[in-house]
Amino acid sequence: MAEKEKGRKERIDEIAREADIVLPTLILETLVQKIAHLKLTDADLKRVTLAVAERYAHNRVDAHESVGIIAAQSIGEPGTQMTLRTFHYAGVAEMNVTLGLPRLIELVDARRVPSTPMMTIFVDKKLKADRAEVEKIALQIEVTNVPDVATIGTVVEELKVVISPQLPLLQARGVKRADIERALLENLDARRYRISSGSGGGEGRSFEIHLAEGASMSPPAAKGKKDEPEEPMPFKWLLQASDDARDVRIKGVTGIKRALIKKEKDEYVIYTEGSNLEGVLEIGGVDAARTTTNSVFEIYKVFGVEAARAALIQEANRTLAEQGLAVDIRHLMLVSDVMTNEGDIRAIGRHGISGKKTSVLARAAFEITAAHLLRAAITGEVDELKGVAENIIVGQPITLGTGAVNLIYRPTVEPKIITPPPITAHPSEEPTAEV
Amino acid sequence: MAQGLSKKIRSLQFAFLSPDEIRRMSAVKVITADTYDDDGYPIEMGLMDLHLGVIEPNLRCRTCGGRVNECPGHFGIIELAMPVIHVGYAKEIKRLLQVTCRACGRLLPDAPSSRGEPATDEEGSTPVRESKEERSCPHCHEIQQRIVLDKPTTFRENGHKITPKEVRARLERIPDEDVRALQLNPRFGRPEWMVLTVLPVPPVQVRPSITLDSGERSEDDLTHKLVDVLRINQRLRENRDMGAPQLVVEDLWELLQYHVTTYFDNQTSGIPPARHRSGRPLKTLAQRLKGKDGRFRSNLSGKRVNFSARTVISPDPLLSINEVGIPMEVARALTVPLEVTLHNQEVAKELVKRGPTPPPKDGGYQCGVNYLIREDGQRIKVMEKNAEACAELVQPGCIVERQLIDGDIVLFNRQPSLHRMSMMAHFVRILPHKTFRFNLCDCPPYNADFDGDEMNLHVLQSQEARAEAKVLMKVEEHILSPRYGGPIIGMLHDHITAAFLLTYQNPRFSKSEVTYLLSKLGYPIPPPAGQEKESGPYWTGKQLFSLTLPSDLNLEFRSNIWTRGDDAPGAKHDSLVVIENGILKSGTIDKKAIAYEKGAILDAIARNYGMGRARVFLDEMSRLSITAIGLKGLSTGIDDEDVPENARREIDQALQAAHAAVTKLVAQYHDGELEQMPGRSMEETLEVMVRRELGKARDLAGDIAGRHLGLENPAVILAKSGARGSMLNLTQMAGAVGQQSVRGERLLRGYYDRTLPHFARGDLGADARGFVSSSYKRGLSPTEYFFHSMGGREGLVDTAVRTSRSGYMQRRLINALEDLKVVEDGTVRNTAGTIIQYHYGEDNVDPTRSFQGEAVAMDEILGSTLGRRIMLQGGPDANVAGAPPVTEEEMDLLAEAQLEEEGEEEEGEEVSPPEEGPDFGGE
Repeated sequence: MAEKEKGRKERIDEIAREADIVLPTLILETLVQKIAHLKLTDADLKRVTLAVAERYAHNRVDAHESVGIIAAQSIGEPGTQMTLRTFHYAGVAEMNVTLGLPRLIELVDARRVPSTPMMTIFVDKKLKADRAEVEKIALQIEVTNVPDVATIGTVVEELKVVISPQLPLLQARGVKRADIERALLENLDARRYRISSGSGGGEGRSFEIHLAEGASMSPPAAKGKKDEPEEPMPFKWLLQASDDARDVRIKGVTGIKRALIKKEKDEYVIYTEGSNLEGVLEIGGVDAARTTTNSVFEIYKVFGVEAARAALIQEANRTLAEQGLAVDIRHLMLVSDVMTNEGDIRAIGRHGISGKKTSVLARAAFEITAAHLLRAAITGEVDELKGVAENIIVGQPITLGTGAVNLIYRPTVEPKIITPPPITAHPSEEPTAEV
Repeated sequence: MAQGLSKKIRSLQFAFLSPDEIRRMSAVKVITADTYDDDGYPIEMGLMDLHLGVIEPNLRCRTCGGRVNECPGHFGIIELAMPVIHVGYAKEIKRLLQVTCRACGRLLPDAPSSRGEPATDEEGSTPVRESKEERSCPHCHEIQQRIVLDKPTTFRENGHKITPKEVRARLERIPDEDVRALQLNPRFGRPEWMVLTVLPVPPVQVRPSITLDSGERSEDDLTHKLVDVLRINQRLRENRDMGAPQLVVEDLWELLQYHVTTYFDNQTSGIPPARHRSGRPLKTLAQRLKGKDGRFRSNLSGKRVNFSARTVISPDPLLSINEVGIPMEVARALTVPLEVTLHNQEVAKELVKRGPTPPPKDGGYQCGVNYLIREDGQRIKVMEKNAEACAELVQPGCIVERQLIDGDIVLFNRQPSLHRMSMMAHFVRILPHKTFRFNLCDCPPYNADFDGDEMNLHVLQSQEARAEAKVLMKVEEHILSPRYGGPIIGMLHDHITAAFLLTYQNPRFSKSEVTYLLSKLGYPIPPPAGQEKESGPYWTGKQLFSLTLPSDLNLEFRSNIWTRGDDAPGAKHDSLVVIENGILKSGTIDKKAIAYEKGAILDAIARNYGMGRARVFLDEMSRLSITAIGLKGLSTGIDDEDVPENARREIDQALQAAHAAVTKLVAQYHDGELEQMPGRSMEETLEVMVRRELGKARDLAGDIAGRHLGLENPAVILAKSGARGSMLNLTQMAGAVGQQSVRGERLLRGYYDRTLPHFARGDLGADARGFVSSSYKRGLSPTEYFFHSMGGREGLVDTAVRTSRSGYMQRRLINALEDLKVVEDGTVRNTAGTIIQYHYGEDNVDPTRSFQGEAVAMDEILGSTLGRRIMLQGGPDANVAGAPPVTEEEMDLLAEAQLEEEGEEEEGEEVSPPEEGPDFGGE
């Protein structure tokens, strides 16, 4: 079957090329797919191919078409019809995701961190249908801090912090007492804090934090100034200690605030609030090929510009589609290509593309007028007047569309000058009546 | 006139003005800080000196001898007593001072990076610290000092002030080759020119004074500022020459610096803006250029034009979509230049003879002539009195400016011009009354309605412009939108209702009705569809609709009223549209068929029969539908939302049940019995559940109401056919309005712990938090009304904020992408020639011509080239859109083919079982 399709594809390509038309791969493949189940004679195949090729040739863009302006208008115009609000994500009711106009603006601005970072994490084929396994991975990803599994209290009289693990929370988060201990030991400065076991038994046995031996209770910031006498501030120390304990992370990937599991078709998918592509991809069992984030910048960092371009297109497309607005993907491609053309992601606007235009006048006409003009004088810049804005400013035809071409008519024969016979005017007839 | 472009500006060079150049271009040295004398005559060597140009009639320029509109104006000069820093260049001056030797002016080798950004070490991570040790010049061994800029214009070296004079001296010492190394171009600007010794005085045309009604003169802001500069300059000079104390001179010098600084930019941070007597800050040079109302955006990027008109718009369904109705008054004021040649001079003469207001001919408008432009360029206003005389002057080479006539091409525009369809070319139709009129189908591209909207009209003045407009800008050329590759011009509102009434269940029309309907289209009456015993012959609605279709159109799709399982032709709702050879065989024509954005028939016609045919279809359809709806009639009123008493009771019960459920939820919440949702707080859990409960109740109420709203109800027809409104709107009228929300949450703001004083503090129940259980029909209670307004207000605020935000986004997008175009080799490039895309949109396809984004409409092509017979191999579900109908002959062939296939299948391979969709996954 595949063999046959391949043969057909080659034949179709051949037929089209004979007609001097190179069909894009996508068209070739769709055509092959669409006729896969049909028995066709070569003549029929030829008829179909030529019809498709002819249509394709007709549908191609014209040279000098101002595709940039059309793309900008096609994205900008529906902007007026979009909502301003943040909605609940259609898939997971518990999560808020920025959508609509603010999201589109965010994409175009090339912000480093989206206002609501979010990841969609897929799990390897072997595990994806097993809820328990997926849950395990989710727990590994979700950040769990000490307060998530234990209560933190202070005993002022004894100047100690007491951390008592809560059994139901431990269970829900899949954390063992030993994990907490390890985390505390790893994250708290042994020079300042001494950690010991407190009351209770088994998994619920508490931890106590005391002042380490030889350490002082003065805040660490004061230590820099040596000339000042160190003043012990026990209460401040106690507060500091309990805050430090609160910040201790037991497990999870930095930045992932929450991970939720949702069943989708035949597999479980993890949705997270917060995003850290690099960190999540290191977790075992995560399907790196399908896992994604809505942070374009992270995709850029991990996978490079081409991936970032694809992510921009996909995110913009999704944002528009979610609002029920039809925008051709070619417009989004063009915007994304402009933004990623230099090898990194540049914003649409004064700090990105517009600020780096070659023309002084175009920059001055956009924003920060005076600065651009003064700068141009300092370096003795030349404006070549190749763009649209510049030519409008000086009052010349623009360089797009019909303005890009010249028509020079050189008659090969001297035109004969004919003296017309005198015309009798017909006042009833309009002189330049148009058809 | 239109001689074409005689000169073209190829490029612009930016540069400094050198003091010499300023002196050379100056026509007069200005020394008097005054403008006019007591007689109102410009003072010599004052700011309004006649050498600077004239702005008053009856005076001649002393420099060029020109009169008001001939003299372009000339610069003057102010010789500054002491040099001053130009604010705009202060930063650059600082940079230059820092990187060059204070004594010999040579470039210091270890200077911090020459451009603004800090230099980085080899790894590119940490910026190199500016060395704090003393540096010395390698050329003259002078020890360098630290220079700081005390904003805006004071330079300090180790805390000591350096005067502009000293600054200038140092900049002068920098040799040309070092200047080049610093990325300045000495050809176009020596660094010392950034310190001003002379100040150019702009021509008076740039700063005209206005004479008020009282005869008082009011000077321009720039003139005011120049007066200040001159006054202080004078005092400084006197004091310096008199040998006044150093302190006094320095103070005056600083004051001069302030005035020059504010003359350039009155919003310099760090100094108070100079103010007018009234306290208003002066608008000086930088302010004139900057911002939305500045020179660049307001006057250079956007230009004012003549030959334009603006008035209120109103609809006219009898006009073609390509036309615009223009009031006679407007037509008389707008003109088209008519170049007189040997061939048309007699006609032109006749025209001129008519004068500007020819009497109506045959009761209609007759075009006149407003101006006659003679060969030497002289403009003669044609009036009734001199019409005859003017006609005598007409000869080849003249231009006659004649008034608009039917068929002229004009541009029509409505702001905001968000896309190219906001300005399209129409053909003129001169009509009585005072509004612009156009076909309703043109509303969507302009986003226009008729609640007082105004639109602009521009008359094209050159042959090239008219040709381009006709080819590229005509309305019919914009039926398909480049945004999504579907029609943006199409039927709407009443048109759709009418099409529905015309085709739904195929009503019959009598001979007189058909005669009336078709009279609007100018079609002959087709043979009747049948004969009825009493009333004689009849025609069907589908038959009439089919008249507008191309005769070889084949199409099959589901209409808007389609519901699952309503596929068989002639099913309950008659919702499967089948068009065979231009005849509507079955189905109801509604939004999915002919509306803008959606219309399948419209799309097919525009794509396969050309824009011209699509225009004809739209023109005919709007006439037919407007007439049809006039004939059939459709009215809706508040009693269309009436529901029977028992339904009312049922709705009430449903709502009461919901209330009870909410009360129970709230009680559970208070008792802590509510099961918390993962990742949600208790409060959020309650909110989610309450909202879910109330949402269900509203839907249920709607469903109950909806059961009593059938397709015989006019309001339902509007909603279901897609003409206007939705079933949700109707159920809100008949059932219950539902939950009001602000920021996506139930209402909670207002008073302390409650929304309104009508409720108890902390009440979390349905009514207290904005659930409206009344219907619009029944009427809202006072509290409900208030809540409803809260929700409504949010919508209004949202719209207001959105327009500005999206407007700015679009401006930025346009600015970033405006220069991109597809060049001849198919790549997309910017002005610098950088390739942005190798193939536009990866497949070089124009979205306008694409089929809703698809490069080619594959199914359609397959259907029409291979025909139904072959396509049916794919099973009964195969897409046969566009395929011609199966003839009986073909049916036989098909049967044979199927037999063959079955036979082959038994043998084994070759034919694969028809699959529902291609599977990409396997390989």
